Amino acid sequence: MSVQSCPECAADVAFAAPPELNEIIECGECAGELEVVSVDPLIIAVAPEAEEDWGE
Amino acid sequence: MIRAAIVGGAGYIGGELLRLLLGHPEVEVVASTSARLAGRRVDGSHPNLRGLTDLVHSSPDALPDCDAVFFASSGLDDPAQRAALASRAKLVFDLSADLRLTDPALFAKHYGAHPTPDLLGTATRGLPEVDRAALRTANLVSVPGCMATAGILGLRPLVEFIDGPVTVDGRVGSSGSGASAGEMNLHAERANVLRVFAPLGHRHQAEISQATGLTVRMTATGVDAVRGVQVLCRTQVRAGVTETDIRKAYRAAYADEPFVRVVAQKRGNYRLPEPKILLGSNFCDVGFALDADTRELLVVGALDNLVKGGSGNAVQSLNIRMGWDERLGLGFPGLHPV
Repeated sequence: MSVQSCPECAADVAFAAPPELNEIIECGECAGELEVVSVDPLIIAVAPEAEEDWGE
Repeated sequence: MIRAAIVGGAGYIGGELLRLLLGHPEVEVVASTSARLAGRRVDGSHPNLRGLTDLVHSSPDALPDCDAVFFASSGLDDPAQRAALASRAKLVFDLSADLRLTDPALFAKHYGAHPTPDLLGTATRGLPEVDRAALRTANLVSVPGCMATAGILGLRPLVEFIDGPVTVDGRVGSSGSGASAGEMNLHAERANVLRVFAPLGHRHQAEISQATGLTVRMTATGVDAVRGVQVLCRTQVRAGVTETDIRKAYRAAYADEPFVRVVAQKRGNYRLPEPKILLGSNFCDVGFALDADTRELLVVGALDNLVKGGSGNAVQSLNIRMGWDERLGLGFPGLHPV
């Protein structure tokens, strides 16, 4: 099992299955959405917020 | 299996003790006393217990010898009777405010002169997250107040970061006023209120100060709820303190605690501690928000005033004292939606 530190709150974030690139996971402590930006080495980052384009 | 009795079993705290202890696998409830309702069935005062017990409230004078007695009401008006009742059991758990403060002068300031001040300082505080080691051998336990518990659990791990006084804004449901009907508790007077009943110097500030060493000022407001406590604690932190520092401190204090959860989330409907989802449970949720630029820290604590704020803390303390699993009888997780 891979364990990374949440970039938002530093809590441990565990992957039960092998992580996949661009996979979105949720931190159990701060509930922040995190994105797998690299698999080897494993790197996670705060996922970008969905932005509202107001139909433009 | 131990034999337990409740003094003042007709009130709301007494009712919660009965609910928890009747479901406890290692406890037999042998008596519930009520001077007002002696001879009346317990499930008359606590209808949620119908079918679970045939117990009848007894006169305090008829309290039998037992292993543990829980005081769910104050004994200050008759210290001799209180002493006689306490002598019926080896273990005494006092859920009233009678023994919470150790300084007689401070007690007098908030509650009036104590009739037996020598008792102050003789009890072990019944807050398992802070007092677990002492509770293992304690024969006299004083359970903290509900808002004090939420404030202490929220603030204590962060004491080293705090720079200055703490202003606590406590909000509490109507059951915090007890089961004695006064005019202020008539539905017509109580419904829909946001009543600032203690604008300054609420008595629980003394308990929070005693447990944390912080200077605490406290306001309390009655809100339109039956159960539940939420405290907002505002203060300043030292320069350089970060959100990560605070989260690490909470993790160090509570990662292994069965009944304290850190709730400070980035999304969802319940981002900070909210009593609504804790009703009936023994959880205390603590959370925070930090403005690193202004060094302003808001700590939030929430719990059910009748459970973690009283009866649940007492039962958890009993479990520790007896060497049982702390969670025995306290497994209810709360309801959602409610």
